[in-house]
Amino acid sequence: MSKHLIEPNDLSNEEILKLIEVGKEIQVNPKKYNQLCSGKILASLFFEPSTRTKFSFDAAMIRLGGHIIGFADANTSSAKKGESLADTIRVMNFYSDIIVMRHPKEGAPKLASEYSNVPIINAGDGGHNHPTQTLTDLLTISKYKKTLENHTIALVGDLKYGRTVHSLIKTLAKFNSKKFILVSPDELKLPSFIIDYLKVNYPEIEIAEARYLEDVIEEVDIIYMTRIQKERFFNEGDYIKLKNSFLLNKEKMKKAKKDAIVMHPLPRVNEISYEIDDDPRCVYFDQSNQGVFIRMALITKMLEVGDYASC
Amino acid sequence: MRLVNSIENGIVIDHITAGKGMIVFNELKLKDVCNTIVLLMGIPSKHLNKKDILKIEGDFKLDPKVLGLIDTNIIVNYIEDNKVIKKEHVSVPDKVSDIIKCDNPRCISHTDDYAKPIFTLMKQNGELEYQCSYCEEITKIKFK
Ligand SMILES: [Zn+2]
Repeated sequence: MSKHLIEPNDLSNEEILKLIEVGKEIQVNPKKYNQLCSGKILASLFFEPSTRTKFSFDAAMIRLGGHIIGFADANTSSAKKGESLADTIRVMNFYSDIIVMRHPKEGAPKLASEYSNVPIINAGDGGHNHPTQTLTDLLTISKYKKTLENHTIALVGDLKYGRTVHSLIKTLAKFNSKKFILVSPDELKLPSFIIDYLKVNYPEIEIAEARYLEDVIEEVDIIYMTRIQKERFFNEGDYIKLKNSFLLNKEKMKKAKKDAIVMHPLPRVNEISYEIDDDPRCVYFDQSNQGVFIRMALITKMLEVGDYASC
Repeated sequence: MRLVNSIENGIVIDHITAGKGMIVFNELKLKDVCNTIVLLMGIPSKHLNKKDILKIEGDFKLDPKVLGLIDTNIIVNYIEDNKVIKKEHVSVPDKVSDIIKCDNPRCISHTDDYAKPIFTLMKQNGELEYQCSYCEEITKIKFK
């Protein structure tokens, strides 16, 4: 693979499956991994705050026995003083073995990778790519559904702006999904270029649209919920109307398959009722947990240690 | 032909679709050069109904990619000692850098001087559409 992880496509299917395998093995056998990165330094460069993602990477590196340096938002960094990203990266190359970066500008991690000798992991660039979220989703699916293949997946909520959904769809398509069911308000439909992309490249995958999740929930294996943001609507009234029709609650879950799973990248706002949190099919909290394990696997891959050591 | 050959050394940009001569003039930033420039507009033409011609006298470094973005009818004549030494048909470039800017306001190329995007041609029937190598958004080419 390329030395960096900038977008999900930087990884082949085989590489993704191996990461998932290592991510699972770490959970079974954490002792085997807890010193693999001792003496290594991860630079965590968050040019825009994202507490969840930062903690997830920090926890991953610490669980591998490594160290972290960095900053949590650009106000404390030299970027504030107008330094080019290229210069920041060149300097951080001396201080660290691997760099995780989040940046508000789209394409920033790619620019950084052009000036870096150490591996760069994109932890989100604006609304562009967020490959470790996709990997987290895949590990979660694999854990609960045993395989990534042949599922019927309902994607619910903001399918227009939610780029993590776009990247998840494209990646799942590579693993022979059976059917995608798109459930969203008219204002937030999946862009047609993604539907066209699926039709051209994966004509065997069925694509359906539904206005309400309850109309299709019986046939779904994976319910992937996303956050509907108020800012996407012109008026508050539309938003309030919609937010209730997209709420997943006990009533709707009654009709879902016994072995279905409910996922959400978190934080949730109003999409999932607290009353179903204890339903064993709701895996969204463990999904965050899986995020740490897949990031651990990724760090060992990029630092070529443990299962990835070259002998 | 008299018009085409009437400079000794330089470049004649011929067969510009009528009305686009001024765009070529602006995009080549000819108001900032010290060469002698002649812009002829609305000349009767065999191939096109009417055409514009732009002549640049003397040494001038021409980037034919700029012309390809504006008008693929253009033929460039390179003149030395009153003779046409080379004719070049321009075409729509597959890749461009420098000469266009990314349309996406959130793109890193607008805020970091090191980011020099390469744009790849994605679509060329009707409007030209180029994809930015950093943010991957589409930039449409339009000239005023
Ligand atoms: Zn761009």
